[in-house]
Amino acid sequence: MTSSMPGFAPDSEPHSVSSIMRQVLYALVPGIALYVWFFGFGIVINCLLATSVALVSEGIMLRLRKRPVTPFLTDGSAVVTAVLLALAMPPYAPWWVTSIAAIFAIVIAKHLYGGLGYNPFNPAMAGYALVLISFPAEMTTWPLPHMLSEMRPGFIDSAMIIFADQPTGALKLDALTGATPLAHVKSELGNMRMVSEAVGAPIFGMLGGKGWEWLSLGYLLGGVWLLYKKIIKWQIPVSMLAGLFIMAVVFYLSDPEIYLSPVFHLFSGATMLGAFFIATDPVTAATTPLGRIIFGAGIGILTYVIRAWAAYPDGLAFAVLLMNAAAPTIDHYTQPRILGEGRQ
Amino acid sequence: MSRHPDLVILQDRVWDTNPALVQLLGLCPLLAVSDTFIKGFALGLATLLAVLATSVTVSALRYLVPHEVRVPAIVLLLASFVTIIDLGLKAYFYELSEVLSIFVPLIAVNCMIIARAEEFAACSEVRLSLFDGLATGLGFLLALAALGTLREMLGYGTLLRDAALLFGERAGGLEISLDAHYPGMHLVRLPAGAFFILGLLIALRRALDTRGTAEALKGEHASVNDSMGHAPA
Repeated sequence: MTSSMPGFAPDSEPHSVSSIMRQVLYALVPGIALYVWFFGFGIVINCLLATSVALVSEGIMLRLRKRPVTPFLTDGSAVVTAVLLALAMPPYAPWWVTSIAAIFAIVIAKHLYGGLGYNPFNPAMAGYALVLISFPAEMTTWPLPHMLSEMRPGFIDSAMIIFADQPTGALKLDALTGATPLAHVKSELGNMRMVSEAVGAPIFGMLGGKGWEWLSLGYLLGGVWLLYKKIIKWQIPVSMLAGLFIMAVVFYLSDPEIYLSPVFHLFSGATMLGAFFIATDPVTAATTPLGRIIFGAGIGILTYVIRAWAAYPDGLAFAVLLMNAAAPTIDHYTQPRILGEGRQ
Repeated sequence: MSRHPDLVILQDRVWDTNPALVQLLGLCPLLAVSDTFIKGFALGLATLLAVLATSVTVSALRYLVPHEVRVPAIVLLLASFVTIIDLGLKAYFYELSEVLSIFVPLIAVNCMIIARAEEFAACSEVRLSLFDGLATGLGFLLALAALGTLREMLGYGTLLRDAALLFGERAGGLEISLDAHYPGMHLVRLPAGAFFILGLLIALRRALDTRGTAEALKGEHASVNDSMGHAPA
């Protein structure tokens, strides 16, 4: 990892931290643009809010730890953490929830472990998991895509919801929000209904939920571009999607009335965002080629297990954090054999 | 070193080798029932009584108990005192005992108390052992109360919640809400959150201890070495 070297010079090489981070942000543009199109401006405000809070926290922590502030602050890693965090959060999450998540991500999950290059857990997912467990009500208020709520809150309305807890004038928050497809299926199954009945609801589209499926395609597009630019390696996204897909196929074939279809799993929730942007974080993922495959497959399988049998509708954040914890062990057991040394 | 030896013991047990924040002993009850100040305080008080009584009796009986069976004797004594405390709680503070549940009986296997009795009380005079037990219990109580207060403020947004459990019905009105709209951080109420807050408390204690000078660091290592530096259980 370049970033863990003391005194590295940003931009001195093609794959410096800041250039990687910049390209990751570019790759998120299609997903964010589609997010705005389908769900309004809340996500933009959340991204800006999380980024400002993250940069201030990063600056304060660098100063406290007596590290050079400017090179680390401008390396973009805090911005990527903040944007990924904002993309994982509900776009109308109150400002203080987003802020707590961003502060926790930067201060506790990143700097208390030694800063960029030393943190064992993905900071964005740690911040997200903290607020998801802590503030369940605020963290489950998801927007409906504009074709279902039949209104598109503008920038001002979105800001009012985030900062003052309610939109202006005639808009009602209840009319803008609803269950996500994964949460809807989970609650319908809990009410003893079948999957075939649950997916008849108007929130479902061709591949996943209306709107959400396009977001997933946007992230997929960005992810493929990152692969093409050789910013990320293929092992983690492919094995993660394969792990999730194979689990989904096996259980879908065993009982399609209880288990969702594999395609739905791939294009719902945080699957695509997680596979290409979150699980591939070079600091917290396994690093050996075989290790990456095990790491990704573990995330895919755990995500499926949490979605299918646990209390939370989506489980990607927890799956990533659990595999982060396992990454050093995976690396230890998958070290490539040194040439000339015998097999143990 | 012109200070009174009792004061040295007090500073060592409460701060330098605080059982909860430095030796990390007795963490199970510490993490499980410290989500409010009252619970932490009550369990700290029960532990203080147990360590005090055990240290004094072990010290008083130190010539009567053969060296080979001192550990079973300590465990028996400790278990007797914990039983008395537990029954007393059930008799006079029934609701509190329900809330603290298994963690009061579990004081009987608290390695911190056994360590004090074995390493200090079993070879020291009664007056010093009494002071040692008191100071150790106080260190544990203070750590529990601090952890409980912090967790209560973050987890519920209140102060002195459930005061009626310890101080009777009339104290029910003591609860102060810091912000009526604050939903409370669920994670901090869970044992997992206790780890976070405890970690931050340990860091805070170390930061205060090592502020600035290298001498402070050296001093701390010396005091850990010549007192009971044992591995966490």
